[in-house]
Amino acid sequence: MSEHVLPARPVVYNDAVVKKFVIACLVWAIVAFLAGVYIASELAWPQLNIAPYLNFGRLRPVHTSAAIFAFGGSALIGTSFYVVQRTCRARLWGGEALANFVFWGYQIFIVLAASSYLLGFSKSREYAEPEWHLDLLLVLVWVCYLLIYLGTLMRRAEPHIYVANWFYLGFIITIAMLVIVNNLGIPISPYSAKSYSWFSGVQDAMVQWWYGHNAVGFFLTVPFLGMMYYFIPKAANRPIYSYRLSIVHFWALIFIYIWAGPHHLLWTALPDWTQTLGMAFSIMLWMPSWGGMINGLMTLSGAWDKLRTDPGLRFSVTAVGFYGMSTFEGPAMSIRSVNALVHYSDWVIGHVHSGTLGWVAFITFGALYYLVPNLWGRKGLYSVRLAAWHYWIGTLGIVFYIASMWVAGLMEGLMWRAYDRFGFLKYSFVQVVVAEHPFMVLRMIGGVLFTIGAILMIYNLWMTVRSPATEAPRAELLPAGLPAGAVVAGE
Amino acid sequence: MRLSHAFIERNAIVLLVLALLTVAIGGIVEIVPLFTIETTVEHVNGVRPYSPLELRGRDIYIREGCYLCHSQMIRTLRDDVARYGHYSLAAESMYDHPFQWGSKRIGPDLARVGGKYSDAWMYAHLEHPRRLVPESLMPDFAFLAHTPLETRDLLARMRTNIEVGVPYTKADLAQAAADLRAQDDPSADHSGLEKRYHGAHVVPGNGHPTELDALVAYLQVLGTMVDFKDVTPAQERQ
Repeated sequence: MSEHVLPARPVVYNDAVVKKFVIACLVWAIVAFLAGVYIASELAWPQLNIAPYLNFGRLRPVHTSAAIFAFGGSALIGTSFYVVQRTCRARLWGGEALANFVFWGYQIFIVLAASSYLLGFSKSREYAEPEWHLDLLLVLVWVCYLLIYLGTLMRRAEPHIYVANWFYLGFIITIAMLVIVNNLGIPISPYSAKSYSWFSGVQDAMVQWWYGHNAVGFFLTVPFLGMMYYFIPKAANRPIYSYRLSIVHFWALIFIYIWAGPHHLLWTALPDWTQTLGMAFSIMLWMPSWGGMINGLMTLSGAWDKLRTDPGLRFSVTAVGFYGMSTFEGPAMSIRSVNALVHYSDWVIGHVHSGTLGWVAFITFGALYYLVPNLWGRKGLYSVRLAAWHYWIGTLGIVFYIASMWVAGLMEGLMWRAYDRFGFLKYSFVQVVVAEHPFMVLRMIGGVLFTIGAILMIYNLWMTVRSPATEAPRAELLPAGLPAGAVVAGE
Repeated sequence: MRLSHAFIERNAIVLLVLALLTVAIGGIVEIVPLFTIETTVEHVNGVRPYSPLELRGRDIYIREGCYLCHSQMIRTLRDDVARYGHYSLAAESMYDHPFQWGSKRIGPDLARVGGKYSDAWMYAHLEHPRRLVPESLMPDFAFLAHTPLETRDLLARMRTNIEVGVPYTKADLAQAAADLRAQDDPSADHSGLEKRYHGAHVVPGNGHPTELDALVAYLQVLGTMVDFKDVTPAQERQ
């Protein structure tokens, strides 16, 4: 490959598939958030359980799958296709048909998975509930996704693979490994959607949480960091703060993350040595996480004023702040003595949502506010003011959510272990349930606020697309919008 | 060649392979020894495969997502043991494909719920929880009482369990249909059932089990297989 030679003709990117993923992402956002509000309401008013299809046990995987895989997944695949083409200066490998197969295959997988939960099909593995035939479909789609991504990297016109792509590629290959191993099982018949897991008991628990924690690590963290490494420098028009830090960040993060699973199984029948390893690595994970946060935030050096005028960038930067908070909270909760108090409690739910609402959703919103005007060739957002409203309503929603869950979680943990002066447990289980009620209502209100914010965003983006087109798309030619030369620092 | 990150950054395949190797290590170190270290699952007496009716009840438990609100794992903590009983052993879920330890207690732990409540309480509570516990958040499961249990694929389910390591015998398979009916019929002869599935709890049905009958049979056996009077501290060491 000849270096530093620009292609003679500008590359025509496949943005059609990116647009499809953006639209799917917006649709699934509403489905995921409404499902979340509904199941949150069920925990405040159990009469809302409409048996059997809308019972909490069947609806909860719909919420988690819609949020993680449908909303998050569509955002990730879409942005990864956008980023890889621009940072490689190459059109997607495999042609339009393969890219469309990945889009439609993935969407069909999600629709089938969500409806199968409601109809009563589930492997009961958290965040991996779909039965075996749907897993096979997912693996097929995922292999095609990997091929497109790798093929595009290999036909790049840039000498270096840009840092955002390391994170996206790490995500694709690790998710493949996790999904395949965790879902090993045997169907009772080729014609039946029922299977039994290959593993059992303690080994099964370890495999599931090796997967489960790394669904957080490699689906909800690593690729969204890829998003951070592209869209924040782009929106701020500044180079990444430290190239060296991004190398350390990448390798340290992916190496350490994978060990953290056993912190979901502290004090259980998992052998002590495995618990201790999981706890130690969870605490170590704090450092690469904050290294990444610092790299993201410091990229704004000299451009902090943009936070006042660019609501998309404000979402992205706030997201990195939430990322820093969650990745401090997580290691703290992994300490055995802390975990004894908070495990099984609502604090865990609050922790997850400070990550998913504050980090995952906000960094996605930031990318969407940047992407939509660019993809559709519009001069800017329909309304910056409306985006600012979205920002504040969404942030208020998150605060309601996580604050109520902190209080509820600590209260549960303390009431479950409270003793009276005779040495008996002080509270029955149901007394704790009663005490939680106000916090369940507050959490639901937080979810409603967050959903209202997302609806404002969709209206804003819809009106942006309907506004008159500018002559040419705003997208610049240089990767990550950096001055030439800065991108390939470190040679 | 000077070792440089630039080399990795310029080769997509190298980047891919190195990333895969990096993420593979943690899982290998934490998971593989759990299959090879002999004391991972304690050697205690009493743990047996689920009877046909219990196995089907467990399938219903999984289908309805019960694990999302109820853990089945009593931790080695004073208050957990005080509230729910002896802490859970790894051996007690050794035939659970998949495990049902759970991750959240919206409702109480169920690892030792077996025998804690009468059958009458179990049926009434599962059908309409708030008629017995007004503050409960649990959904109604009355529809299970009106749904006949699907038993056509019972043998396929048991055979698949054999394939993943559950030691059902030929006799277990041959008698599966009879055992299923006997456990749902208090007036039937239970000697064969008791011989094959020690401590199986007969539910007050009529020999034609509903999904609710199966679920109650499963719940009533939870945590009852190991008799802790016979377990020595040495046996519990992992």
